[in-house]
Order: sequence, then structure tokens, then C-alpha cells
Amino acid sequence: MTYTELTCFGVLIVTALDLFLFRTKILKRRVFWVSYAIVIFFQLVTNGILTGFGIVEYDGDAIIGSGTSQSSPPTFIGDGRLAFAPIEDLLFGFCLVVLTLIIWVWLGRIGVQREPKAGPPRASVERFLRTK
Amino acid sequence: MSKFAYLSVLLACLLGTAWLEYFLRTKVYRRIIRLTLTVAPVLVVFSIWDAYAIAQGHWTFDPRFITGVTLIAKIPLDEILFFIVIPICAILSFEAVRSARNWEAGDEDTK
Repeated sequence: MTYTELTCFGVLIVTALDLFLFRTKILKRRVFWVSYAIVIFFQLVTNGILTGFGIVEYDGDAIIGSGTSQSSPPTFIGDGRLAFAPIEDLLFGFCLVVLTLIIWVWLGRIGVQREPKAGPPRASVERFLRTK
Repeated sequence: MSKFAYLSVLLACLLGTAWLEYFLRTKVYRRIIRLTLTVAPVLVVFSIWDAYAIAQGHWTFDPRFITGVTLIAKIPLDEILFFIVIPICAILSFEAVRSARNWEAGDEDTK
């Protein structure tokens, strides 16, 4: 299977795991989507470094865009890429993050270290959050 | 750039999220059993994916930028650490938002 196919398949699997098998349903929660938005931003930055400098390179036959090498570096946007990385990486990241959070939340549900709970933020942060 | 380039990116991810543990009191590292039990299966699943992708040639690594250490199935050590570091960052972000906004995530005590 190509990387493109695998990532699409992966998204279907983690979605099914979340909604039907583990029933954690994080995909229906605000806390997931807000934290995921933050994660995506930093993924674009860090993955941009990994792919932009050619630390990791992709085979053009496995992705929507074309392959790259030291002599033909990736484009910033376009050719199936965003911030140098193949757009498949966004789906790959989605699978990685969602699978992680499904297991994390599921463990909490069955009682594995539900405590100590997160929060509250320190007073300095709390003040900042309230002024927004 | 050196063979520690990939590792440096991972270190930046760890340092960039570590402050959440203190300032937002995410208490993720303090729940080390739950954290370990979460990361372990994720590491296994994604290492299998990575091994397949490397075997199929989906992606390759520039040897100048990675440590050169491989543990199993031709997966660079750097990649193995990626599948540990990124899940930790994801959980820290998730718990930080939860701390800041007090939103439910579904694992609260229901009684």
C-alpha cells in the first residue's frame, strides 16, 4: 500500500476505535479539537524542519506529491505538500495523536491514575487566561 | 547540522511542552504509570508502520542528520524516540487545554 492509502485507512481505524470500540468519543469533544489545533501548528513547524532540511525524504510513488532529494528539495506549499511535508503527514499525525489520546482517556476511564487531575493553572497563568 | 539534528528537534518538542507540567499543572509526568501504559502500545503500532514504510521505501533518512543507531527492523533510534516524544507532547497539550478551560474529556469520576 502507498503512504497515501495507509494514512486514509489509519484515519478510519482510529475514528472507529474512538467512536465504537473504546467509546472514548474524544472526537466529539471540544477539549480534543482545541488541543489538536495547537498540536497541528507545532507539527507543521517541526515537521517542516525535518522535511525542509531533507532529514526525512519521501518516495514520490508513495505520496500524492513528487519525491525529493538533495538536488530537488521539496516545495513549501503545493505539489501535495504543506510546509515542506507531504500532506499525508497530517493524517499520519492525526492517527498518532488520536490513538494516543484514546488510550490515555480510556485508561483514565477504567481507573488507571485518574488522579491527580490536571489543573488548576498557576496563579500567573490564571491571570493571563482571564484577561483574554 | 549534524547527526544530532533529528534528536535536536525531538528535544525541542520535549522542552517546548515541559513548562505545561509546571504552569498548567498538567500532572502528566506525575501519572507515569498511565503515561507509560499509553505510550507503549502506540510505540508498538507505529514502529510496525514505520518498519513497513522503511521496507517499502516510503521514506528514507539522510544519514548525516540521524544518530545512525538502529535497534530493530532498520528503524533509526531517532524514529523510535519520535513515537515516544510526540505522544507525550500530545497528552501534555490535551491536559493543558483541559486545565486552562476546565472542559470534560470523558475520564472524570462519574459518581
